[in-house]
Amino acid sequence: MKLFVSYLLGALFSIGLTISGMVNPNKVLGFLDIFREWDPSLIAVMGGAAGLNMVLFKFILKRKNPILTTEFSVPKPGEVDWRLVVGSALFGIGWGLGGVCPGPGIANLFTLKVEALAFVGALLVGQFLFVHVKHKL
Amino acid sequence: MSFEIFVGPLIGGILIGLAASLLLLFQGRIFGITGIIAGCLSTSFKEAGWRWMIVLGLITGSFFVSLIDSSYFDYTFPASTGRMVVAGLLVGFGTRLGSGCTSGHGVCGLARLSIRSIVATLMFMFTGMVTVWIMGAN
Repeated sequence: MKLFVSYLLGALFSIGLTISGMVNPNKVLGFLDIFREWDPSLIAVMGGAAGLNMVLFKFILKRKNPILTTEFSVPKPGEVDWRLVVGSALFGIGWGLGGVCPGPGIANLFTLKVEALAFVGALLVGQFLFVHVKHKL
Repeated sequence: MSFEIFVGPLIGGILIGLAASLLLLFQGRIFGITGIIAGCLSTSFKEAGWRWMIVLGLITGSFFVSLIDSSYFDYTFPASTGRMVVAGLLVGFGTRLGSGCTSGHGVCGLARLSIRSIVATLMFMFTGMVTVWIMGAN
């Protein structure tokens, strides 16, 4: 049951990403390109998604437990540290270079476009690099 | 307001939010794609299963939409393959160091008014905009 629900929700997320237009890196770069022809679409996407979550999360987190598991695994409030700031800064640079973040990268895999495959491959390598250096950071 | 810059993005955003809310309701998890990918390979087989199913859903959901309307994927990448490799490395490393990407920090963290997620989102939007400003969109 858990696996089936996970699959459906992954698919729903991907359908939303596609309809939102954010699977197209030209649209994302159009949003980041504030000094030329600015495309505000991403605000409507984030606003719709985060706005709905803001309402629904409140109700959901009032429950004793989720429907299929015993407890909620929500990150506890933490400090803003250098890892968060530097990591997000590096992510943003990569996002600005390609116009693709992890979700749209994966949603583009079925097209077998070489740029999408290269991006997701490099993303996995980047994650592995992090795992290998994290004890030194 | 045209479909391309408002209605489509808003409907798409609501579906994304619905998927994230339902994952919290059913499994008590935050829909953070960075963490889900990381967990596919680094956790026990039992814990990795649902994450693999989400990834499978992410791969196929877009494909199903393309069967109905292929125009969503009718574009050429603005960046070269070499540039996409550099982008992927930075995104992969940066999102792990920063504990999240657009889904976990942006879509879910902002909804919870998490200070860490607000800082992260402002940061990656800022450096993304500066990068496009300096490098150009293609």
